[in-house]
Amino acid sequence: MRGFNFTLPPIAWATAGTLVSLTLLVFLMSDPAAAAGAAEGAAVAAMDTQPWWFWPLVLLVFCFVLGIIAVLAGVGGGVLYVPLVSGFFPFHLDFVRGAGLMVALAGALAAGPGLLRRNLASLRMALPMALIASASSIGGAVLGLHLSQLNPDILQICLGTTIVGIAVLLLMSKNSAIPDIKKQDALGMAFGIGGTYFDESMNQKVSWKTHRTPQALITFILIGILAGMFGLGAGWANVPVFNLMMGAPLKISVATSKFLLSITDTSAAWIYINQGCVIPLMAIPSIIGLMLGSFVGVRLLSIAKPKFIRYMVIVVLLFAGLKAIDKGLHIGLLG
Amino acid sequence: MSQHTDPDIRPMPEQIIYANILGMGAYLGILVMVVTYILYVTGIIGAHIELEMVVRNWHLNVQQFIQVTNAPRGWGWVALLGKGDYLNFLGMALLALLTIVCYLVLLPGFVRRKDWTYFGICVAEVVVLSLAASGIFGSGGH
Repeated sequence: MRGFNFTLPPIAWATAGTLVSLTLLVFLMSDPAAAAGAAEGAAVAAMDTQPWWFWPLVLLVFCFVLGIIAVLAGVGGGVLYVPLVSGFFPFHLDFVRGAGLMVALAGALAAGPGLLRRNLASLRMALPMALIASASSIGGAVLGLHLSQLNPDILQICLGTTIVGIAVLLLMSKNSAIPDIKKQDALGMAFGIGGTYFDESMNQKVSWKTHRTPQALITFILIGILAGMFGLGAGWANVPVFNLMMGAPLKISVATSKFLLSITDTSAAWIYINQGCVIPLMAIPSIIGLMLGSFVGVRLLSIAKPKFIRYMVIVVLLFAGLKAIDKGLHIGLLG
Repeated sequence: MSQHTDPDIRPMPEQIIYANILGMGAYLGILVMVVTYILYVTGIIGAHIELEMVVRNWHLNVQQFIQVTNAPRGWGWVALLGKGDYLNFLGMALLALLTIVCYLVLLPGFVRRKDWTYFGICVAEVVVLSLAASGIFGSGGH
């Protein structure tokens, strides 16, 4: 937590405070026993005495704030949505994962056009990786739904472990703005991965190329499986692979990752839709809330302190991950 | 935007068409979702599964939910488009079909460039996404 600037602008405190307050509010409003037992069945139905519009409305507001936070913290909506909503809302994990994928897909589709027009999202880098990741995400989605049917606790524990891993990854990873790649690998050269973009902050053209293409392709198998299995989206993994493993510039990596999500999440989303895992009553307020929040988040980006928000998101992810593990193991330490 | 006139930086024309289709489709899909959701929750169009029944059962896993609510699987929702809840799938399906359409747009550009590697990758991706959308993978019930 070194390097914190405690003279934060009000917006940073307000955003941070709102996320924590909303999480607490939802936590208090939801019967912990019911939330913990969401997978256990009938006991939950008896507790939900709220009118039908209550949870969709709370979800809309919650996702709006989540959308702001996600943009400020530089993470996708899905990675925050799945652990928090599955931990504090009364929906079964099957429906949370289905909605999480639709949330990630809608966000990626809305961001894609601008990134493609500015030539920041690299088609030549995205297309081979997308093929591997989208095929794997189908496998992940099928595996996730099978595990959920077999024993939802296993899935909860795996989700919690993954979320804790993501939090650690976000904490540890150091991005490199423009990595210096001396020699491109043969496969990368065959694919013609590389290009030139105009960096507005430096006011100059930047040429780039990549290396370690085979390693990246193999890593995208794992990323695809995780994205499909947990409905998380996978920007948290795509960016380090493009930037740190392959050596693409950070701007190209972020943009290509967002574009890639629109392809990877499409294949997994269809599996969840076809399996009946998307309930419009809760999925649509989630999508709309997160998108509206993202628009506001982009506007706040220039005045907020993303570093503080990022640390806060890491703490929230750690908590959500540990709660999922706690829930899966039936320890009951975190409610 | 002056940098876009630089041939080094300018994206290929199909990429712009891809972006345009994606942009229009995404916003249309979201608009359709909002409109159909309002029609659904206000009760203007009656639902296949009553709102209270959804709320009472969304804690169940998907198998149990389908059993209790008689919800359709796979593309079964198309037959229920006259119902408010399944009308919502129109917007979601539009979002989930966009990428397949966009990939088809890329194909002529790769053919023109005789870039058979990327042509093959695009064809394979269309096959993968179409298979996912078809419902072959596990939508037939357990």
